[in-house]
Formats: sequence, structure tokens, C-alpha cells
Amino acid sequence: MLVKDIMKKEIVTLSPDATVSDALQLLQQHNIRHIPVINQDKRVLGIVSDRDVRDASPSILDDEINKEVLSRSIQDIMSTPVVTTHPYEFFEEVATIFYQREFACLPVVKNHQLVGMITEKDMLYAFIQLTGTHSPSTQLEIKVPDRIGVLSDVCQYFTNRNIKIVSVYSYPDPIEPEYKVLVFRIQTMNPMPVVNDFQQTEYQILYPYREDHDEI
Amino acid sequence: MKSENTAFIYTDDFLDYSFHEEHPFNQKRLLLTKELLEISKGLTKDQIVTPVPLDEEILYSIHDADYIQAVKKASNKHPISDESYGIGTHDTPSFLGMFEASLVSVSGSVEATEQVMTGKVSHALSLGGGLHHGFPNRASGFCIFNDIAIAINHLRKHYDVKVLYIDTDAHHGDGVQHCFYQDAHVCTVSFHETGRYLYPGTGKTSERGIKDGFGYSFNFPLDAFTEDDSFLEVFHASIQEIAEYFQPDIIVSQHGVDAHYLDPLTHLHSTLHLFEEIPKVVHQLAHQYCDGKWIALGGGGYDIWRVVPRAWSQLWQVMNTNETFKGSIPQRWLDKWQPYSPVSLPNTWHDCLEDYREIPRRKEIEENNRRMYQQVLKFIDNKQGKISD
Repeated sequence: MLVKDIMKKEIVTLSPDATVSDALQLLQQHNIRHIPVINQDKRVLGIVSDRDVRDASPSILDDEINKEVLSRSIQDIMSTPVVTTHPYEFFEEVATIFYQREFACLPVVKNHQLVGMITEKDMLYAFIQLTGTHSPSTQLEIKVPDRIGVLSDVCQYFTNRNIKIVSVYSYPDPIEPEYKVLVFRIQTMNPMPVVNDFQQTEYQILYPYREDHDEI
Repeated sequence: MKSENTAFIYTDDFLDYSFHEEHPFNQKRLLLTKELLEISKGLTKDQIVTPVPLDEEILYSIHDADYIQAVKKASNKHPISDESYGIGTHDTPSFLGMFEASLVSVSGSVEATEQVMTGKVSHALSLGGGLHHGFPNRASGFCIFNDIAIAINHLRKHYDVKVLYIDTDAHHGDGVQHCFYQDAHVCTVSFHETGRYLYPGTGKTSERGIKDGFGYSFNFPLDAFTEDDSFLEVFHASIQEIAEYFQPDIIVSQHGVDAHYLDPLTHLHSTLHLFEEIPKVVHQLAHQYCDGKWIALGGGGYDIWRVVPRAWSQLWQVMNTNETFKGSIPQRWLDKWQPYSPVSLPNTWHDCLEDYREIPRRKEIEENNRRMYQQVLKFIDNKQGKISD
């Protein structure tokens, strides 16, 4: 999945001559948290977040509210330089940037021009798409040894039963590093025949827990 | 509410809805139920209504023309595989006459609506219907045409009534929900095992309808191993409050009985007691809000020998008399069917709980379900301006 597939293309922007008050208004009006500041060539000059604006705004605890600050230039409070990403970047890469650098939003830039924005929320949505229910299906989790050919072998069991795989992902088994857990969504309401097939194999089906297996 | 005018919609043609011998969806359960009722003297000949066969025209009210044609083709040239329509798959393989068999199921459910709306009876039961996974453009989860959606649509079109749809099948009623997701006149309520593992995976608490229909879909995903008490706690509290909020003119209920602990496909782990209690609650609501108007349909249920005949007989008995059968299953029924059954048939109406295993996590599951349904109902409280914490 690429950034261009999950980024937002309709973007709210500010020009460099905007004021803090303009930013405040836009943030509230569009219910967003970040606004890129761009020049006429769509070049990104800075980014302003709701926190930048809040920090600059007068406190309600002040005795005399100094409204002057609201008319200050946006350039005084925006963050710069800006970390950006490219439409053809992998979305995993962006997730890493969010995680490591504690950003929540990146402008997407191509040929020095702003073309989109990607936020933590877009990222979460992409993950929901990855693991989610796109069409009616049963979820089956299978613990398998981590070695060549396992995935293709497991898939054969579904093919043999004429069952379509809707989605699949895998993660390392949390306890035994030489195993992996494969998570399938398969298009059947009756997984029992294929579950029985697996019972003759070394692959282990993980079920809803009857008892408390938590080791916490 | 004693001995009411109740119709039992039935034709042997219902039994033609049959994929193949090993398929878990087996309509022999209808015959088993009907005979159990007759032998138990719960059902008389004059209560049985043969559905008027409908023209295929009515299918178009819900289903896409190309899908209907695909079913027809599959029905004649068995076997075919048309995966894009969900036909010829593991769940809904094609079979000779599948079009006609599916149309009969639809006819039965629509007949039930007609019986009730023309005032011939106050309640009607069609166990050949209840195929809640059918989508406008594809077969899914053993369901070809969605008889429920077609029947509800029929009620809306011809009688302009507000319909409360109650689905207690262990699987989420996704097809019906989908058909009325934007409709404020049809309130769909589904109680089901969570879709974390179980088919179809939808039915989350956050699914509440869209556009005009926002606030008219309710979903109660129950934990695996929920058992009777917690299921009934959630069901009681929720459905009462929803009925009060929605003020329906008629109730359509789907009575899948696959939540039972013997059912091979699910993990809700209920007993037969659940299937005695659910109809009682629905019955009471029908009288409280709808002048008795109640249409009950079948649904899932894959232990066709030990569970379905008893559960559905109790459903009928509650509709008809507001009582349940107690004591022993008539010997004559056992003698007739035991030779065909691969398992030993139960000889009492209630479960003797052989092989029933206590659930060690009961308390935790109970609490989880409680938190879940209170969260779902908060929507109504907020809407009505009640103070909630």
C-alpha cells in the first residue's frame, strides 16, 4: 500500500501572510489538527498544529486577555523545516516515522509541490482495512512452524475445500519464535470440514478461549 | 394471551432447499419439528397454511436482476460455479431446482405477512424462511434469496407499517441489516456471537445505520461461551428498551437456534432454555406494542436431531399458547426418528446437560456482555436526553 492510496487529497492550507486567528478558525471549522503553510507555488514552508496555536493563544487564566497575539503572523508560530513524504512511499515507512518521531501528520510532496496530507488516523484506517472484514467470512488463526512453503501448503487446504481466502496476514508467535501465526479470513460459514483437515496436520488452529489462558 | 389464532406456514416443498447430504443446512429439521408438534398435539391441521406460490417478480424487490438470472441458470444446469454471485462455493453449492426451492422459502415468509396483515391470524410462523445472510447481488452463508428482506419490504410497500426486526441467530443478520441500513421505518436488531472468529464477521456495536436509517440498526455481539443467563440479560434489557424507543407496528423475528451448546458451528453455549425464553419475550412485546402482530421465521440450527425440533416446537407452542412443553418427548416420535439419527435423541423437552461443560470464565464474560449492551443502549439514552454516566 502506497501513501498516495491512503492520503487525503483535499487539503486545507494557509498562506504565509495568514494570522494565528485564521489558523484557529480553520482548525475549528474543519475539525482538523494540522495545516500546512504553502506559498503560491504550493511549496511547503511550514506546518502549524492545533498545539502550536493553543500555545500561542492567550490563556483563559490570564487576568487581562491579550488579543494581540491572535493577529500575529502564522510564520511566527509554525514549525519549520517540515518533514515530508512522497506519494510513492510505502505506508509502513510513514508508520515508522509517526512512531519514532512522534509526529501525527505529514505533508505529501511531489516535485516540490504539496499534493496531499497523511495523518495517524489515515494510517489506522489502512490497518483496519488490512485486518478487517471486507465481506462475510470466518476468521481462522493457525499456528505454523516458520519455514519455507508453509503458507502455500496451508492455502492448499482451503483450495481443496473450494473456499475462497478473503484476506491473510501473519505475525510472529509471541512465545515461540520458531512459529508464526497466520490469520485468515475465509469465505465460509462452515469452517468445520477444513478445521478437521488441519487436525491431521502439525498446524494448530487457535480457537476462542474457553478458559483463561492469560499469563499476565 | 391464551390459545391464539396462529398460522403455521408449511409445505413439503420447503424440504427441497437442500444443497447435498453432507451440508450442515438441512431442512429435514422442518419435517422433524412439524411431526414432533403434531404428535405432541401442539399443532392441528387447521392451523397449517400452505403458502401461495409467488411469481418470481417479488424477488426483484430486493435482488439484482443479474443475480436472479444466475441463480436460475445454476438451478437448471447443475452443477455450475459462479463465484462472483457466491454460487457454487463451499457454502452455497448449486443444486438442481435451487431457484424454485428458494422461491418457495420466500413465498412462505410473504404468506406469513399476508396472514397477519389481513387479520386472519395474529401470529404466523414460517420455519422455511429466515435466510438472513442473502445479499441483493450474492448468495452467502447457506442463503440464496433473502426471504426476510423481501417479506419486510412487502410489509412496507403494501401496509406501510413500522417493522421491528429481531434476529437471535448465533450469526449476525448481515443481509437483512444491509437491506434496511438507510431506512428509518425498519429497525434491525441482531444478537449474535462476536464476529472476531465467527462468520460473517460483521455486527459490531458501531454499526448503527446510515443516513435516514442512522439509529435504526442495533448490534449486540456476545462473547463466545456466553451461556443462557448472560444472553437473556442482554436480550431482555435491550429489546424492551429498543421496542419502547421505536414503537413498532409489527415484529418480524428470526429464530436461528444455533446458539445451542451442541451446535457444531458456533460457541455461544446456550441450552434449550434460551429458546423457550426468547419467544416469550417477543410474544409479550408483540402484544404490548403491535396489537399482537408477529411474524416468526426460522434460521440457523445445525444440530437438526437433538436441538432444532425441540427448540422450534417450543417457539410454536409459545406463539400459540404462551406456554412451553414440559416433561417427556413423545415415544412415538422417538421411535420413528431414532433409527435415522446418528446421535441419541433426547427424551425430555428440557436439556439434561450431558456433555455440558461449565465455563470457567463465566463472570468475566458476563461483565463484558453487560458493558457491551449498556454501551449500545447509551445511544437511546442520549437521544432521549436521559442522564447517563
